[in-house]
Amino acid sequence: MSLFESITQSEPTKKMTMDEPVESLFSTTASKLVGKPINRVDGSLKVSGQAPYSAEIHLDNKAYGVLVGATIAKGQVENIDSSSLDGIPNIIKVVTDPKHFLRNSQQGGLKKAPKQGATEIFYHGQPIAVVIAETFEAATEGANALKVTYKDETDQAALNFTKELSNAHEVDEKKGSDKNYVQGDPEQGLADAEVTLDRFYHTPSQNSSAMEPHATLAHWEGEKLVLYTANQMLASCKQQVMDALNLNKDQVQLIAHYVGGGFGSKLGIAPESIAAAIASKDLGRPVLITMTRPQVMEATVRRSNTRQRIAIGCDKNGVIDTLIHDTISSNLPDEAFFEPTALSTHYLYSGKNRRVNYEMVDMNQVLSGSMRAPGEAVGMIAVECAMDELAAQLDLDPIELRRRNEPEKDPSKDIPFSTRQLIACMEQGAEQFGWSQRNTKPASQLEGDWWIGTGMAAAARGNQLQSSEARATLQIDKSKALGVKAVIETDMTDIGTGSYTVFSQVAADLLGLPIDHIEMKLGDSALPPASGSGGSWGAASAGSGVYLACEQLREMLAEKVGLYPDTIQLDNGQIKQVGKHDLTAVETAKENGQAFADSTIDKISETTGVSFSENVLEEQTASEKYDFDNTESYALADVIAGYEEQKVSAKGQIKPGKNGKKYRQSSFGVNFAEVAVHKVTGEIRVKRMTGAFAAGRILNHKTATSQCYGGMVFGIGSALMEEVIHDKRDGRLCNHDLAEYHVPVNADVPQLDVILVEEDDPYTNPMHIKGIGETAIAGAAAAIANAVYNAVGVRVYDFPITLDKLLYEMPE
Amino acid sequence: MSTLTLTINKQDYQLENLDARTTLLDVCRQHLQITGPKKGCDHGQCGACTMLINGRRVNSCLTLAVMHDGDDITTIEGIGMPESLSALQQAFKDNDAFQCGYCTPGQICSATALIEEVKQNWPSHVSTDLKNPDGRLVQEIAERMSGNICRCSAYPNIIKAISQVLESQVSNSQTQEPSTQKADNTVQNSSVTGIWSPPPSEAQLGKTSANTKTATATTGGRS
Amino acid sequence: MKRFEYSRADAPEQAATSASTEDTSFIAGGTNLLDLMKLEIETPIKLVDITRLELEKVETTADGGLRIGTLVTNSDLAAHPEVIANYPVLSRAILAGATGQLRNKATTGGNFLQRTRCYYFYQTDSACNKREPGTGCPAINGENRTLAILGTSDACIAQHPSDMAVAMRLLDATIETVKADGSTRSINVKDFYCLPKDTPHIENVLEAGELITHVVLPAPVKGMHTYDKVRDRASYAFALVSCAAVIDADDNGNLKTVRLAFGGIGTEPWRNEEVETLLMGTDGNNDVIAQAANLLLNDAKGKGQNDFKIPLTRRLLKQVIQRALAGEGA
Repeated sequence: MSLFESITQSEPTKKMTMDEPVESLFSTTASKLVGKPINRVDGSLKVSGQAPYSAEIHLDNKAYGVLVGATIAKGQVENIDSSSLDGIPNIIKVVTDPKHFLRNSQQGGLKKAPKQGATEIFYHGQPIAVVIAETFEAATEGANALKVTYKDETDQAALNFTKELSNAHEVDEKKGSDKNYVQGDPEQGLADAEVTLDRFYHTPSQNSSAMEPHATLAHWEGEKLVLYTANQMLASCKQQVMDALNLNKDQVQLIAHYVGGGFGSKLGIAPESIAAAIASKDLGRPVLITMTRPQVMEATVRRSNTRQRIAIGCDKNGVIDTLIHDTISSNLPDEAFFEPTALSTHYLYSGKNRRVNYEMVDMNQVLSGSMRAPGEAVGMIAVECAMDELAAQLDLDPIELRRRNEPEKDPSKDIPFSTRQLIACMEQGAEQFGWSQRNTKPASQLEGDWWIGTGMAAAARGNQLQSSEARATLQIDKSKALGVKAVIETDMTDIGTGSYTVFSQVAADLLGLPIDHIEMKLGDSALPPASGSGGSWGAASAGSGVYLACEQLREMLAEKVGLYPDTIQLDNGQIKQVGKHDLTAVETAKENGQAFADSTIDKISETTGVSFSENVLEEQTASEKYDFDNTESYALADVIAGYEEQKVSAKGQIKPGKNGKKYRQSSFGVNFAEVAVHKVTGEIRVKRMTGAFAAGRILNHKTATSQCYGGMVFGIGSALMEEVIHDKRDGRLCNHDLAEYHVPVNADVPQLDVILVEEDDPYTNPMHIKGIGETAIAGAAAAIANAVYNAVGVRVYDFPITLDKLLYEMPE
Repeated sequence: MSTLTLTINKQDYQLENLDARTTLLDVCRQHLQITGPKKGCDHGQCGACTMLINGRRVNSCLTLAVMHDGDDITTIEGIGMPESLSALQQAFKDNDAFQCGYCTPGQICSATALIEEVKQNWPSHVSTDLKNPDGRLVQEIAERMSGNICRCSAYPNIIKAISQVLESQVSNSQTQEPSTQKADNTVQNSSVTGIWSPPPSEAQLGKTSANTKTATATTGGRS
Repeated sequence: MKRFEYSRADAPEQAATSASTEDTSFIAGGTNLLDLMKLEIETPIKLVDITRLELEKVETTADGGLRIGTLVTNSDLAAHPEVIANYPVLSRAILAGATGQLRNKATTGGNFLQRTRCYYFYQTDSACNKREPGTGCPAINGENRTLAILGTSDACIAQHPSDMAVAMRLLDATIETVKADGSTRSINVKDFYCLPKDTPHIENVLEAGELITHVVLPAPVKGMHTYDKVRDRASYAFALVSCAAVIDADDNGNLKTVRLAFGGIGTEPWRNEEVETLLMGTDGNNDVIAQAANLLLNDAKGKGQNDFKIPLTRRLLKQVIQRALAGEGA
């Protein structure tokens, strides 16, 4: 079923499919909030704790649910004994639904439910029931007390990745995010190369660890289910809920006005949402289920661990001839998602012999799925560490090695890049970082007790566009200084990325209003469906929907006051004509065609004696329609007052098109890191980092820089401390909380330097922006790993790089 | 059971027959609709639940509501609401010291207390001189705020925001000598951050702090 | 959390008496107890709140030491001018632990009683001899990177996670208690903890209802006071290995005072006075340090993932001694 069946088609809709490069109105708008580092518009709410997250919505008569997870990694639930809760006050019920409970979370963007079932167990922690009580304390007590008996088949479970490697199997390329690829003859190329590097890298399972645990408040209005739920992509999640519970589209609404971080973990629905819906229906009361932190780690999603082989063949000048990137990742049985590590490897460096190959291992561990920059976050660790090692082998500056392999076109598809600024990023970043003053000899710079080292790594993340819609309404609002306000509506979420703010900037510029005249309504599946927050496509996709809706409004307003759309300026609540209308080729043809048609008709009339109706060419030409000498300025408030209901609405809809196929679109960048390794203990700390990223036009430098901080710090965590540890005998997630799963704390993070390299890319979308939220993490960990090598002369291939991996090889 | 009276943000709340297991965090969020303080982990491992009890920052998820009658409890709502933001809240806004906003109330409550701790001359793990810590140094703020995890990683801006307010609220009379960074932007000028085990020497820091370095003492040397 | 009966104590003796039955816990800061109660690792039937007892003073004693009320928070203790001036190793150790929020609540007495961070101890559906005697120890052949290498047994290798307790052990602190029957006693920290042996569920010598009231420090020890903590991130993490030290040398560069206590590596705060004796009077050369390390680690047993703690401890010991001899505070 289409995601985009609008309920009413009555609003005029500007549609755009990105098949051609497009101009951007931003180059001509009067006010220029776009590009300004304004404070977030939701800032006051967030700093005072008034922004409501899902678990904070208050509904009367709410009951509390706590999930119960399986305590075996494989087997069957034989019996759930509700009577084991007898005597615990305030327990309402134990709810389970062996058919409908989700076995695991769903992947992002999918339109069907994930695998369902609560009887057959596939991983330790799989949710099998929920205990509902009047209070959270009672529900927690009940969840701990519930007696469950199992048929324990742990001895048949796949719990040791290394042992399971021999069972690796092919991936389902149709369902994955990347495909296997071969070009030329990589094995021969490698055999023939003057210089080769052939290494294996291991990255561990990781967890998104958003600060807000997954939570859903479910309630039913008759047969309609309303979920306040922590989610990144509402349109597809709604479809997942519909499929999971057999409901139609009018029976499901998802609301997520504020989401406390996602980083991939909230792309698809998670088990607590369906459990809450079922319990709520059963009880006839709203039910709130918040996952505990251990449950978030055990029962939502992880980034898969990977075993990656990078093999590079080049000549002695470092010109690459062969590039091999083979990966094995892991997932639950029958799950198609695999970590697409080589997404950027396809186009990052030139080389005529190429191979990308994916395999998977089935494991009885929590589902693996998307976590910030699925693919590059760990794939570029391998590639960029390999490049660094190769550069050292060739005695080349690592930046020079990249320069020598900078492709003119996408080397795997022979299509041009829409824009590519990797070299510029490296140069600007290097300058800012002081790269030329670095010490190139490893283990040679001791300052006090600390070995100092520097390293760099390239960054790349594909730029995507997803279909998105938005509605823009201008209406009278006497409480506003200019008498009007714009209401922008789309189901897009703000998970910290700044959607509320950047979309307000877009609308404000296009409609010529101050930012406080824009009301941004996000996070509700009842609103026009957008792309959701994921894959760094949110601002570009959903923002384009907003842009187009506003553009449509501009055209309607122009028409209303008798001006041509390309001559109007909306500024400070006024519409006026600016500049001369530029007759387009079509217009010219029409004008010329009119004249030609007139003369032809006259000739035919003369010859045949027949006279034709005067309305043969009905459409007025531009010069007949518009008054080009109108220099009046119209107050928006007056114009809007002239509409029925004193408001006017329009929609916008963006769709990806041929541009995504004709051009390779990607954000590029670079990370530089300086680390210190303690000479006695081997502890590694990051002293400073500089990142330079090119992601098209930057809507808001403040929020974009913050997104880059996020990626760089995820890189610190990935390089030095993050590791999900599963017990190899019973499959439990050992470090299932924030005390033992280490994400960087404030003291781990130095002041970060971010350079945003501006570029103009007309192929991406009408705003000329690209995604940025994931670019900074791609390769960040490699920059740190390369810096560690420079500091102490030790290459670690098994992440995270903890002190015990350096200790036995520390320099004296 | 009985009535528990809690004083939160200068207002008294009566709770009848409250389950003794209810944490201070949950009494706010579930019973009183005071939802500014957040639950990130419920086990004192993230700091999102930080609020002030008698002016001191604590993890409200790790204390029972019944233990706090008579205490002066302040949540983020008591620090400032949208119409009346504190200097720190405004500094967080101006410096983009948050992204998703979930850890933010905890960060701000924590930082509000931190400013007081610095005024009280409390040392930290990274203070080179326990007797005369300079809590305004970037590395001090970073260490003192490490009890508030931010996954969006707004840390650099959180430091900037707090630094800004500290500079304006903590005068030089708090420290023995005028700070040598006074003219500089404390944030930019730190040459060493994030390296704290063992405590850094002046040489490692590459500059002197505001305070005179004391020579190795007789009883209880500097460390 | 299991349900419990909450009451508040008015006086230490009354507190002790009311807790004389098993299954009663005292609660002060609660930062470890409530963590464990939420997971039903601790399941007291009665909870006695001792926070209103007047046990938060820090006073000097007749012999120049310090008597610390059990309720003195970690923050207050670390920031106390007397502690900073005369027992800075204690201040350093406390400040190295936890976070500002936790230190504001954690109490001196409670800090001694905090329990291990072993993964298997923490998950109640796992076997664990400490939590449920006789069920086994999955850590020994499992995920044990953070666990102890000294003081272990075939039944348990759980590490003691405290920083403060390591400094207290170093300083020869004594713990004063009042029992349910009203009698009092003083227990030196070195006698306070119990090695796991085949009874890992017994961690210290306290009896049911015995309440810690004070901690007493002897007169200060002259020398360089240091606390080094080695961990996987820069803050808010438990020690892989830590070392509290007081070291003093004479004018000839010979070691006069050597006190060394270690955290992160033992099932309890680890101090081996023989190691100290071996070093005293020497010039702390490489050979004698190596001998000292051998003595310290003679019985050290790694279980695979925590083997690295052995060379790490060796390196740290050397650093601590040599740094002190070089007169560098850090």
